[in-house]
Amino acid sequence: MTPNSSAGGRSLGRLIIECLLLCLLLLWVAVLARPAAAAPAEPKTLLEALDTNSFQAKGDAAQAIADSDIEQKTRWLQALLDGRLGKERRGERFYIITDDSGREWPIIDAITLEDAGTGTRRTVDVFKINNDLRTRLEGLLASLSLSAGDEASRLSAASRLIGEVTADSADSVRKMRDQEKSESVRGQLDVALALFDVQQGDADALETLRGNLDTRVRNTLTPIAAGESALAAEAQSVLGGIESKRTWYDRAQTLFFGLSAGSILVLAAIGLAITFGVMGVINMAHGELIMIGAYTTWMIQQALPGQPGLALALAIPGGFLVAGAFGVVIERTVIRFLKGRPLETLLATFGLSLVLQQLVRSVFSPLNRRVASPDWLQGAWQINEALSLTLNRLAVLLFCLVVFAGLWALMRYTRLGLEVRAVTQNRAMARAMGVRASRVDMLTFGLGAGVAGLAGVALSQLTNVGPNLGQSYIVDSFLVVVFGGVGNLWGTLVAGMSLGVINQVLQPWVGAVLAKIIVLVGVILFIQKRPQGIFAPKGRIS
Amino acid sequence: MTLTDNLGRGDRSRQAFLSRSTLLTSLVLIVGMLAVLIFNALPDSNALHVSGATVALLGKYFTYMLLALAVDLIWGYLGILSLGHGAFFALGGYAMGLYLNAQTSPLPGWQSIMSYFPVAALAILLAPGLLALVFGWLAFRSRVTGVYFSIITQALTFALMLAFNRNEMGLGGSTGLTRFYELLGFSLSGEGMTVALFVASGMAVLLAFWLCRAITVSRLGRVSMATRDAEARVRFIGYRVDHVKLALFVVSAMIAGVAGALYVPQVGIINPSTFAPLFSIEVVVWVALGGRATLYGALLGALVVNYLKTVLTGAMPDAWLFILGGLFVLVTMLLPQGIAGVISQWRGKRRDHEGGRDRQEQQDRQEKQEASA
Amino acid sequence: MSAIDSTLDKSSRLGRLRELARPDRVFDFMAPAQSPVDVRHGPILYLEDVSVSFDGFRAIDRLNLTIDDGELRCIIGPNGAGKTTMMDIITGKTRPDQGQVWFGSRHNLLTLDEPQIANLGIGRKFQKPTVFEALDVSENLELAMAGDRRIWKTLLARLDREGQARIDEVLETTGLTSERYRLAGVLSHGQKQWLEIGMLLMQRPRLLLVDEPVAGMTEPEMHRTAELLTRLAGKQSVVVVEHDMGFVRSIARQVTVLHQGSVLAEGTMDEVAGDPRVIEVYLGGDEEEAA
Repeated sequence: MTPNSSAGGRSLGRLIIECLLLCLLLLWVAVLARPAAAAPAEPKTLLEALDTNSFQAKGDAAQAIADSDIEQKTRWLQALLDGRLGKERRGERFYIITDDSGREWPIIDAITLEDAGTGTRRTVDVFKINNDLRTRLEGLLASLSLSAGDEASRLSAASRLIGEVTADSADSVRKMRDQEKSESVRGQLDVALALFDVQQGDADALETLRGNLDTRVRNTLTPIAAGESALAAEAQSVLGGIESKRTWYDRAQTLFFGLSAGSILVLAAIGLAITFGVMGVINMAHGELIMIGAYTTWMIQQALPGQPGLALALAIPGGFLVAGAFGVVIERTVIRFLKGRPLETLLATFGLSLVLQQLVRSVFSPLNRRVASPDWLQGAWQINEALSLTLNRLAVLLFCLVVFAGLWALMRYTRLGLEVRAVTQNRAMARAMGVRASRVDMLTFGLGAGVAGLAGVALSQLTNVGPNLGQSYIVDSFLVVVFGGVGNLWGTLVAGMSLGVINQVLQPWVGAVLAKIIVLVGVILFIQKRPQGIFAPKGRIS
Repeated sequence: MTLTDNLGRGDRSRQAFLSRSTLLTSLVLIVGMLAVLIFNALPDSNALHVSGATVALLGKYFTYMLLALAVDLIWGYLGILSLGHGAFFALGGYAMGLYLNAQTSPLPGWQSIMSYFPVAALAILLAPGLLALVFGWLAFRSRVTGVYFSIITQALTFALMLAFNRNEMGLGGSTGLTRFYELLGFSLSGEGMTVALFVASGMAVLLAFWLCRAITVSRLGRVSMATRDAEARVRFIGYRVDHVKLALFVVSAMIAGVAGALYVPQVGIINPSTFAPLFSIEVVVWVALGGRATLYGALLGALVVNYLKTVLTGAMPDAWLFILGGLFVLVTMLLPQGIAGVISQWRGKRRDHEGGRDRQEQQDRQEKQEASA
Repeated sequence: MSAIDSTLDKSSRLGRLRELARPDRVFDFMAPAQSPVDVRHGPILYLEDVSVSFDGFRAIDRLNLTIDDGELRCIIGPNGAGKTTMMDIITGKTRPDQGQVWFGSRHNLLTLDEPQIANLGIGRKFQKPTVFEALDVSENLELAMAGDRRIWKTLLARLDREGQARIDEVLETTGLTSERYRLAGVLSHGQKQWLEIGMLLMQRPRLLLVDEPVAGMTEPEMHRTAELLTRLAGKQSVVVVEHDMGFVRSIARQVTVLHQGSVLAEGTMDEVAGDPRVIEVYLGGDEEEAA
């Protein structure tokens, strides 16, 4: 029973009480178990064999442990590997250190696995290991889990064997490979064995390794390719193939990160593309509407503890509606009265953004909140050794595309979209034709604000939610809209995505901050270079 | 006829350098400064004694007033709203900060030349001036105007903030420049220095006020107001709008740089937060509250808002952002001419606010005119 | 109307002096002294094969137009015929996709920008009267007055007696003397039109482009405008774009009809009015269109 950080709601006090109860229980068990604690002789002998200064002897002792049929053997070997297996300095007991981070280590008896209080550097002599022994231990542990356990643990054990196969273990691994039923486990074992064979000078084995992206394969092949052996040329060609494949996947990875960063930009900017691009309203409080969307997600999650998935699903309409409602209120109370005065609108909405930020700070707290992600958004989709896509980023990317498609369809095919376009192009004419321009303004602004709320929902899955969340996106969002061409939804999509990718491509060379500066300056220069194409469509003055 | 004549006479005054508002503003500045000096010289026991801390605070306000003038010159009279004027202020501040740092320990590399005051003084003007020149040249040549200009100035100051946060810049990273001890050979810690800096800042405000006044009453000033109201027309009668804008933008940036340079020794630190977009946009609200397109309005606005800020951040720190935000909204919606607009309306001289564009007011007058015709 | 004449006389004298002082025209003593514009070998304005399109829409389509020195030309055409776009091209606001635009035989207007073109002597009045609303009437005229437009000179410029006299004359001409100290923003629509024409006069252009000068004017004002424009012609070239056929008839010697971006017909008002293609375009005399 370890404290579970994601349990969230549990109070600290209760946690302490539980821990105390647990300790009492363990103590009680220990007292009761004392008569039976006469350890079986054999395990102790095995452990005592480890108590030697010769690493070779230690290795043999470990081999003996692995070959025995003692229950705790995996645990011992793992502890030995981690440097957590030790012997009582003035005594005969063996301990496993469960946590060696502090000065006083909690320890358990290695044989009985019962709590043995605490130990320190002075009272427990930890068995030392060297690199050879470490390799040997890893091989042993891998074989142990290969021979037992489910497919997943066998697979990870097989993968651990790559580069660790030695002359000692090669035969047993080969045997295991022949017995293995799972295709994927067998594949890993083949790689491990081929790598061993190549090291022994077997040219045929190189073929198995062609195109393998495992770092260990590359690391092993590199010296061979650089060496003088007969294999060098062929190894070089295999290595070259691996390298080019890796580069390709690296690029794909960068592209993915870029697109994912870009999709956040697009989400943040797409609402602006409507309010600013289509309506011409400068809404500096747009970032705060994003923040409101994110806080809505957080609040729904607080209301539904333990169900982050459901909460997220509800937050999508919720964030849209709440932020949209804020937008409508802002439009009715402020923006409506500042029509045709863009600089004043800019200042007034900036004031609103300050008020909203402070409001959130006062109502919730100035601290950042963490929004939990549902299980299906955690982790990564590992396509191969070189390419893995984080699920939450992938989801945000898809979400962005869905929102974009929805908005585009809304503007293109619905009555509201038609009216919005009519009002933007010729307000007086639209009114004359019966369009209620004021109502259209309100709905359009509400829509833009609602989309900002959606951006907030998406952002809450990637970063912590705080009062300053929106502020950090406002400058970027405006640049994306302006860069893409005001009033052009496709432009916003392309601009956001390309800025994201450019930023990501630059990052490895110049670092994150400088990359951002370069992108900012680049956009500024671009805007100044091509203002007509972006700001005002070519036309005559009237 | 008489109506026109009256208006005409009232109006001519705004072309003269020494209008009533100019005289009054200069007088208030000078008398105020002298009063502070006298009350400061009184013994501590005296009830009217003005403490050194107050003098330092007022000196800081002066630098803010200078910055407000710079923003008003281009926003009020030229119609270009810079949301990045804090950048010029900060550049001037960093130039001064380098000079101050060089007084205690020699600076590495190129920065070592900053230990000479003439070089530093030049840098205070040139660093913001050159940035404004390059940036403005690019922007105005391509006719980036209105909110687009505002947005890219905001991006500019944001980019500079990120850049100055980097330690590689050699300017103290996020801590900025601090630990100033000496200015022109005098210690910075004494009250004498506080008073001297206060006077220097006050004089700078006065000079900048006169400079701006001279510019705005010149033909160039009228061209700039014309540009604000009908840019294309100005171009079609043969003025190079981009040059006009560039000239005023650079002058404005330099005034902001001087303000920053005076600010740094009084506050004792300059760091990248001065580049933050929030600061720059706060300056805009000073000008908006005071009354854009009136120079005294900008000065008044800077003073009022900063005094409010000093009082409120002390008394109710949470309320300050509410009030600042509320000011933005209320001023733009209810007081588009700011305090200066209220004053001139109250004085009944509705035409006197220099170039202020109150369409409603104009419409009213037009209707009155038509009714009387 | 003698006021205008004296204005113009004085202007050409001043212009001559100014030309001699121009540093960028050292070898120009070979050219006629009155103006940098060389009209010895042909027309003052020459558009050849000009086309421009916006987003696929051809606003101007292979337009050819020639204006002679001192000519008064009226240009008419239905909405969307490309009249305003043509003015945009001449004044440098819009760059054509192809074609040539020459001012005299020396100045290729396509290589110049708006202020350069304005300073060469092409003045333009907008369709919607555009004056500087925050400045008073005399200041509006002062800004438009020909002179050195460079920043430093503008900063130090003072209104001398001569300039004051010119302003007075133009105020007289435009009937705005009593309004001289009023803000331009307060003027009535017709007065704004006059002020803008006055600003054109202050500029002393060789070529005036006038877009719908009489919109919003009363009948007597219209007459005055007609009189003024006909007076100007001869010394300066005037191109008038107008919808009001009565007004066009009262001033026009030569009329050009634009349609879909190119010239449909050209000739005297009677010739043009009799042209069957023109009649078809205007659909039986539906002349008065909304602006």
